[in-house]
Amino acid sequence: MSLLTSPQPADADPAAAPFLDVRDLRVHFPTEDGIVKSVDGVSFSLEKGSTLGIVGESGSGKSVTSLALLGLHKGTRAQVSGEIRLEGRELVSLPEHDMRALRGRTVSMIFQDPLSALHPYFTVGAQIAEGYRVHHRVSKKEARDRAVEMLKRVGIPQPERRARDYPHQFSGGMRQRAMIAMALVCDPELLIADEPTTALDVTVQAQILDLIRDLQEEFGSAVVLITHDLGVVADIADDILVMYGGRRIEYGTVHDVLKEPQHPYTWGLLESMPQITGDVERRLNPIAGSPPSLINPPGGCAFHPRCTYKGWVPGGRCATDRPELLPVPGTGRHLAACHLTPETRTEIRGRTAAGAAQ
Amino acid sequence: MRAADEQEHAVSTTQPAGEHLLDVRGLTKHFPIRHGIVFQRQIGAVHAVDGIDFTVAAGQSLGLVGESGCGKSTTGRLVTRLLKPTAGRVVFDGEDITHTPENRMKEARRNLQMIFQDPYSSLNPRHTVGTIVETPMRLNGINPPQGHKKRAQELLETVGLSPEHYNRYPNEFSGGQRQRIGIARALALRPKLIVADEPVSALDVSIQAQIVNLLQDLQREFGIAFVFIAHDLAVVRHFCERVAVMYLGKIVEVADRRTLYTGPRHPYTHALLSAVPEADPDGTRRRERIRLAGDVPSPVDPPSGCRFRTRCWKAQERCAREEPPLVRLAGSTDGHLTACHFPEEPSVAAREEDIVLDPALSASGDSESTSS
Repeated sequence: MSLLTSPQPADADPAAAPFLDVRDLRVHFPTEDGIVKSVDGVSFSLEKGSTLGIVGESGSGKSVTSLALLGLHKGTRAQVSGEIRLEGRELVSLPEHDMRALRGRTVSMIFQDPLSALHPYFTVGAQIAEGYRVHHRVSKKEARDRAVEMLKRVGIPQPERRARDYPHQFSGGMRQRAMIAMALVCDPELLIADEPTTALDVTVQAQILDLIRDLQEEFGSAVVLITHDLGVVADIADDILVMYGGRRIEYGTVHDVLKEPQHPYTWGLLESMPQITGDVERRLNPIAGSPPSLINPPGGCAFHPRCTYKGWVPGGRCATDRPELLPVPGTGRHLAACHLTPETRTEIRGRTAAGAAQ
Repeated sequence: MRAADEQEHAVSTTQPAGEHLLDVRGLTKHFPIRHGIVFQRQIGAVHAVDGIDFTVAAGQSLGLVGESGCGKSTTGRLVTRLLKPTAGRVVFDGEDITHTPENRMKEARRNLQMIFQDPYSSLNPRHTVGTIVETPMRLNGINPPQGHKKRAQELLETVGLSPEHYNRYPNEFSGGQRQRIGIARALALRPKLIVADEPVSALDVSIQAQIVNLLQDLQREFGIAFVFIAHDLAVVRHFCERVAVMYLGKIVEVADRRTLYTGPRHPYTHALLSAVPEADPDGTRRRERIRLAGDVPSPVDPPSGCRFRTRCWKAQERCAREEPPLVRLAGSTDGHLTACHFPEEPSVAAREEDIVLDPALSASGDSESTSS
């Protein structure tokens, strides 16, 4: 099996090792029914100051990947293997005690649902200050000032007063801002945002996404953004990783993946999204069927039972051989895992384009 | 200002006169807020829906969009009379159903069905799929010639399930399949109007497209009118010929979809459209960028005058004083109604200067165009 980890093929040089390098990450959960292979051999890399968007449907393993980056599977029954290197430091085998020193300070996370991620019993200011005091030897007063400063930075009006409020006194958008303030209080180098805007309204979502981008530029951190919304990724990410059934199926820059998608699943995702501009009469082209079982994933390509184009691959290879993630010819860092030959893909895309135009 | 004088008081409503299947006038719903343990007195009210007018013609689909708390779901529940309106009138199929007693609503509901948002809580877990789909027919005393079971199985096939699913329970189905069961139940009585309250927002993108296509096919085949409630502007654009934008219990703009999505006049519609993320890396640069500050104000104590004025970049003193009527503005097409004193230009193309009101964000042109 090939272990192409990064879109940049030049990862042989140890001096130029990427800031975050994930190799062949596997997270398996043993259950009564069998082993759930939530994440099954995922690799990616990320440089400081850039954003990676991980896209996939529910159950594709994107959130489990993000929890693994934070080491939150430690102490559970999950079996984690593979490598996560952050600035050369291996995180998978790191003991919980050392991981705690990194968590919040070097790696930090914005959760999806701010109401359940914030503690209802403590004031917002106290919760932000707590994270700062864990990692810095400062007085309560200093930590508190830092919390107010962070609340101000994320755009909460009257931060002095709002720091004394409890989470239920905040609106949804403000809670998410408070979560961001909490995640950024120690200037983390890696920020993981797991569906940070899914629970929010669209105008607030736009504010929060812009805020994450602004803060990233200011602090120069690396961001892993997990979402099911290709629109959100197009807006904010540099690279996209498309996951299906716990595996990578397409990986490349935002422009390559969204403008020149190579995998039938990515085509399906794009064609099933209604657009805000363009032809309204264009019929949506949904992906048939439903997501695969993670206990008994389909043999060969996990997507083949739902794939419209498996007939184009000679010999029924889709059901037997698992396609490797290979570079798309003509591009340096665009990878796709599909048995279709480039010629066939061009032909299929030409047909669908012609069909859409009619 | 000039724009204000341009307003002309257009003909009363949304549509050229004619028979409307659904005609809603001045619909209002206030939920009382009570205080006290034994003697409860009312200390305020949530102004969920505050006087809205709209009509839906037979076979047409009207989209209601807006952010959470704008009253779109309440409107859907008022139309189906799952809630009793505080004021206003709902005329369905020539009959005023606003004050019809509950025991007589059965007749109206034969033609007026609802699809709910959450496919997990809207199906009784102790009933089989067959029972769920048959119950509306039994309650209304409809005896199809082929029998209830056969008819239910036909309906299951219509919505893309297998007739063998008849004896299964809802927990054996995925979210998308459950939503199909909910749709089969709504279709069982061959209604004239279906109110679909966020029918696809709980589903994954690929499943969402399957359900949207199914609803579209059913609409074409059976000529059902829809009130389609959603917060996703792209889905609404795809499904509805006419779209109404709601903000804090009011309709602020209504137009046919082409006009609304390419030439909106209300600043809120502009802000809403500009906030929709697009799966096209070049798309964001072509469109205008408007970032509002803060969240929607509380519907307990909505702002005076125009309700959007607290977040609007064009707000002036007049906006606080006078509530703008929902009328056709000069330069708008027929049937395009906007409630704004100082409307925007009908274009969504990128502006010279972005409008960024959020204090935490830096405008890329590093200047704020907050005008007064």
